[in-house]
Amino acid sequence: MTTFLLKRLAIGLVTLLVASIVVFGVLEVLPGDPARIMLGMNASPEALQSLRALMGLDQPLVTRYLNWLGGMAVGDFGASITYSSPVIDLIGERLAVSLPLAMIALLLSTLIAIPVGVFAASRRGGVADTITMGTAQVGVAIPNFWFALLLVYVFAVGLQLVPAGGFPSWNEPWAAMKALILPAVSLALPQAAILARVTRSAMVEVMGEDYIRTARAKGLPRKRVLWRHALRNALIPVLTILGLQFAFLLAGTIIIENVFYLPGLGRLIFQAISQRDLIVVEGVVMLLVASVVLINLVVDICYAVVDPRLRVRR
Amino acid sequence: MSAESAFAPPPERHFLMKALTNRSFLIGLIITAFIALMALTSFFWTPYDITRLQVSDRMQGLSLAHPFGTDHMGRDILSMIMIGARNSIAVAIVAVGIGMGVGVPLGTWAAARGGWVDEMLMRVNDVVFAFPALLSAVMITAIFGPGAVNAIIAIGIFNVPVFARVARAGALALWPREFILAARASGKGKTLITIEHILPNITNLLLVQGTIQFALGILAEAGLSYLGLGAQPPMPSWGRMLFDAQTRIAVAPHLALFPGLAIVITVLGLNLLGDGLRDILDPKLRRER
Repeated sequence: MTTFLLKRLAIGLVTLLVASIVVFGVLEVLPGDPARIMLGMNASPEALQSLRALMGLDQPLVTRYLNWLGGMAVGDFGASITYSSPVIDLIGERLAVSLPLAMIALLLSTLIAIPVGVFAASRRGGVADTITMGTAQVGVAIPNFWFALLLVYVFAVGLQLVPAGGFPSWNEPWAAMKALILPAVSLALPQAAILARVTRSAMVEVMGEDYIRTARAKGLPRKRVLWRHALRNALIPVLTILGLQFAFLLAGTIIIENVFYLPGLGRLIFQAISQRDLIVVEGVVMLLVASVVLINLVVDICYAVVDPRLRVRR
Repeated sequence: MSAESAFAPPPERHFLMKALTNRSFLIGLIITAFIALMALTSFFWTPYDITRLQVSDRMQGLSLAHPFGTDHMGRDILSMIMIGARNSIAVAIVAVGIGMGVGVPLGTWAAARGGWVDEMLMRVNDVVFAFPALLSAVMITAIFGPGAVNAIIAIGIFNVPVFARVARAGALALWPREFILAARASGKGKTLITIEHILPNITNLLLVQGTIQFALGILAEAGLSYLGLGAQPPMPSWGRMLFDAQTRIAVAPHLALFPGLAIVITVLGLNLLGDGLRDILDPKLRRER
């Protein structure tokens, strides 16, 4: 178990390190001198020189990379020039919108998908199965930003129950929640469709196993077998997809936050890219990559908990 | 002998029989063919010329003259959707091509060599997978400038590890088989075996994955062009049409309806086609229904 976890952890760290080289490398080679973009074409050479020194652009590439990496290791992501504040504060501020959004969406998607998947599997081949899986097939094909537009039309423009966009602040919790409902639902539904399909097929597979027949034969009620015995064993593929989806949801907020004008991470990175605020872009990208690596690690640990056989293997 | 057929190409007649009785495949094929036909037709005929702006006709509702209405510049929505189909299909096809063209050689190479080559490639895969695809696509198009070509590259790069993984898994399952052993015994090199024996036997897997990536590519392209990073105006694209519709949704909701439906129908068609193909070509992967 410990070796298994250590190996996973080592792979995760190597992945992060390589990712940091890629991010730094790609963003440093891109055309356009950030100092010139910030000061405009008419900037004096002296002003350019001092801004470049301030941003550390006059140092050699490797020194800059190591400084950046060392800084991140102790939680210092550098400072943004355009926002004139530390990147870590910016991220924290924006995460207060994006993280709850992604978590609500994940929760919604799980709450919808798992019961639907289990239900469809238990009625395999029946009318209910055909209808739910047909709906899921359509759900997978729906782009979340289009779904968002439809929701805005019905619930914000038509019924006027929630705002069409914008975000007050967490000082007004009720208004803030209302502002996150439509974005969360539009992120969740297409994801729920995928998850329901995965849950169903995993359940169908498990329910053909001998131990399920044994459980039924020894007189356990059908519902108990379905939810306790079958679902637990079907959870592995479901967990994999859940892990992937959380990362996808965090990144998916790039589009959804633009639809709803939410001041989250997605909008931050989108704006930072167009302003060539590299230090912000690098920080946010590394944060997202780190969260993917971390989630994969957590999923691996969950595997080991759900399926003891995996602790021995590898 | 039934295990043998998992990788072997099924006999021709057998395939047709299965194809014609597979509901997913048939529906998917009809939808996909319809969309492709629509895109092809747009090259020489559309109901209206979309380069002529007729501001007096702007934001019309549905009518016989304009079945899907007109947009904020008086352009016919149906014509725009037809031409937009070209853009979506072209971006997604080339992106799948890039993914296959780079991923399949890498994956089969990793499977053939094993050892550190394999380990290395899989770790690189891990790194690429650690970047949420949409995030990187936004980064790439933002760095190299928006446009259809950069959107293709951005989506294509993320198809590479997907195909590398599928090709590697397929090839790894084949290497211990007797017919490969026979080929090795007859003195063929690993490259030749990969080309002559491995590739033909993983075509099915690649075809199924290709269809799925095609559908994902269409969704990704729509997302990028919605953000203004895909095809640039005046070239119509479904994502861009949705962006234009957003600010006018209170007055002209139909502007948002039809481009979205076009995306959903196309992706649905491709997914059904992929599911059907998987059932027909690869009984081993088939989920019990």
